[in-house]
Parts: sequence; C-alpha cells; structure tokens
Amino acid sequence: MGSRPELVAPPEIFYDDTEARKYTSSSRIIEIQASLSERALELLALPEDDVPKLLLDIGCGSGLSGETISENGHHWIGLDISPSMLNIALEREVEGDLLLSDMGQGLGLRPGVIDGAISISAVQWLCNADRSSHNPRLRLKAFFTSLYKCLSSGAKAVFQLYPQNVAQRELILNAAMNAGFGGGIVVDFPHSSKKRKEFLVLACGQQSMNSSLTIGKTEDEKGFSDHDDEDEDEENHTVCFSDRHRRPFKKQKNNKNGKGREWILRKKEQMRRRGNDVPLDTKYTGRKRKGRF
Amino acid sequence: MRLLTHNMLSSNIRGVVNGFPLRIEAGKVVEKNVEINGDFLKNMFVKIDWKAFVEASQSMGYTELPEEADSSMLDSDEFLNRFHHALLELHLEEGALVCPETGRRFPVSKGIPNMLLHEDEV
Ligand SMILES: C[S@@+](CC[C@H](N)C(=O)[O-])C[C@H]1O[C@@H](n2cnc3c(N)ncnc32)[C@H](O)[C@@H]1O
Repeated sequence: MGSRPELVAPPEIFYDDTEARKYTSSSRIIEIQASLSERALELLALPEDDVPKLLLDIGCGSGLSGETISENGHHWIGLDISPSMLNIALEREVEGDLLLSDMGQGLGLRPGVIDGAISISAVQWLCNADRSSHNPRLRLKAFFTSLYKCLSSGAKAVFQLYPQNVAQRELILNAAMNAGFGGGIVVDFPHSSKKRKEFLVLACGQQSMNSSLTIGKTEDEKGFSDHDDEDEDEENHTVCFSDRHRRPFKKQKNNKNGKGREWILRKKEQMRRRGNDVPLDTKYTGRKRKGRF
Repeated sequence: MRLLTHNMLSSNIRGVVNGFPLRIEAGKVVEKNVEINGDFLKNMFVKIDWKAFVEASQSMGYTELPEEADSSMLDSDEFLNRFHHALLELHLEEGALVCPETGRRFPVSKGIPNMLLHEDEV
C-alpha cells in the first residue's frame, strides 16, 4: 500500500471519479474489498436462522462490500460521503439503498431498527479534521452514539480499519466504548506486515463481551512468535479482546535488532525445503551488526 | 430509495426533536420486481412504523395498504404481497425528503437521498 489516503485529501475529494473507477477496474481492489467484507460478515456472527437481516454498510463506496452482503442473503442500506463512489455503486446496480451522508454528522436513523453493521476501511477517516469546524473527537462521538442508538439490542458492528498509530486506535476505541459499546479488536495475521488486518468488533446491549464474541482462531499456541510465513493459511487468526480497562491490544514485540537468528534459521530452512539455493548456516548467521550500519 | 429505508430514516438536524417521518415529495417513482421472502417481512414488520409506511406509500402513488395492521395479518398472502411490494419494490428515483419539523428539503437524485447537513445544522 502506498501513502495513506486519509493524509492526502478529505474523503469526498480523494474518492473522486478516477479513484472510484478503480473499484470497478482493479481486480486487486475488488478482491481485497470482497475478502475484507466476507471476514467482517463472519465476525458479525449473525444468527444462522436463514432470516434475511437489515444491515448497514458504513462507507459503502462502490458497493463491493454491499454485494457481499447481498450474496449472503441480507438487505442493506449503504452510506457514503463520496458522490463518485456512489455513482459506481449505481453503475454496478447494487441491491442495497444508498445514502449520500457523512457519518461524522451522526446517522439519521430510528432507534433499534438495524440488525447489524459493517464498515470497510472507512472509520479512520473520522480521525482527520478536514475543515476548521471538524473536531475528530466530536465526530467520532456523534457517529458511534448514533450508531449505538439505531442498532437493535444485541446487534453487532464490525469495522475493518487501518489506524495510523496506537493513539488513533485508542481514540476510535474510546469513542465506541463511551457510546456504550462493548467489544474489542481482532487482528488477523498479526505477524505479517502485508496481510495484517484489524477489525474492531462492537456489540450493543446487555450481552457481555465474553459471551457474545467467541470468534477468531489461533492455530498454534506459539501465535506470538516472530514468524512471517508467506503460506500462513486462513486459520491463522489471532484474537485480542480488550475493554475499557485494558490496553486495546498487546504491544508488538519490537526487536530493534531485526528478526533474530532463530527466525532467520527457520526461514532459511523453509527456503531450502522449497528447493531454493540458500547459503549455509554459520556462526555469522543473524549476528548483530556494529553501529555503523 | 425504497420505503424500507425511508421508514428507518429520520432527520438529524441539530435541535430537531422529532425528525420522523420525512415527508416524501415524489418526482419519479420506479418499480423493480424482487422475490418475496416471508421471513424477512416478518422480521421487518415489528420494526416498521405502520402509519408512516402507509402515508409514504400513498405519496408514492400506492394505495393498497390497510390503514392499520397487526401481526396476525402476516398469515395472509394477500397482505404479505402488498407489504412486500410497498416495502421493497417501489423506488423513489427523483424527488425530495422533507424534515417534518423544519421543512428542510433533502433532495433525492438517481435514487440517492442527499442527507449531508450544512455546517450550521450539525
Ligand atoms: C476504502 S473505501 C471502502 C469502499 C467500499 N467498502 C466499497 O466496497 O467500495 C472507504 C470509503 O469510506 C468513505 N468515507 C470516508 N469518510 C466518510 C464519512 N465521513 N462518511 C461516510 N463515508 C466516508 C469514502 O468515501 C470511501 O468510499
């Protein structure tokens, strides 16, 4: 991924006709949006009763995420601040209803009517002040409070997001908790810089966090080791729950000296098994370098 | 925009106490066939504000809904068909939604209501 779009321009400017067009023409974007949406729906853990639900897609954009909702048999209302993105959604003839709306102004929806919500890569936009009148804290508050109100009791909301840093993640999480949500962050592929994906999973109503969220899998107990396998499979999800009283998630083990000898040896062994030509292991393998580097 | 969505929407202009229901000014209405699903209709029935729903359907030119409804009617196919048609098959393509308290118009174009608020309405 290149530079962060939120730092380039406000969303309704950044997502112009050219950017929006990519959502019909780039197979990479289409694939990513679809798989993130699938995962978000999975984390939403709707009752498996075959009854279609009414869901929200927040920052629905071109409707790629909405199409995933439709494919799963549910109805949806999508809202987005970018007219260009919504035009693409119209072109795709999506099944959901679309609203031109700024989530930071709060959602104008009746109380308790929505069965669940998903949002793909959108909420981090609220952390920016794009106008002098914008206060990220207030906009996050308006958004989460109104979302909490319109969800039916026990409903969940799942946000895939790319927070810029720990402070931003905390800003978002706090706004959600203050609005009354319980929940936490689920990290998929926590050790892969490329595949790492973060989901904020929120639940509304009396259900406690622990009983309502039994999702995510860690395949091996050594989930927190430093490996960065290309062939990690879909099962390798690691879950970190958090609530107001805990840090949102564990600090990444940040080894200043790089990945370490252990990791290098393992990686080399792996490459050998794949039939690659790999230098022999010696006492110099993975040694610390002197400061001049 | 379908009446399903209209029935959920309310005006959230600052200071407005009762922003529901938004009055419909229908310019152009189109119909699109959708497969009926009784389970979904039953799930939605409890959430629908019936009075607003009937008024909205009338402003879209559909007058076949009963003024009052209760859940026992969900056993009738005829009722389900009408409910289904009004909820999911009528689309407001062009027109406006009007805030019941302030009279502020939210224009609807190509089926998409523009719900963006002006700075002084937030
Ligand atoms: C990464 S895109 C998601 C695209 C979408 N899931 C799809 O399938 O096309 C993020 C979207 O969030 C929208 N967005 C950003 N800030 C917003 C805000 N304040 N209110 C509503 N939508 C917003 C952008 O316009 C953009 O379409």
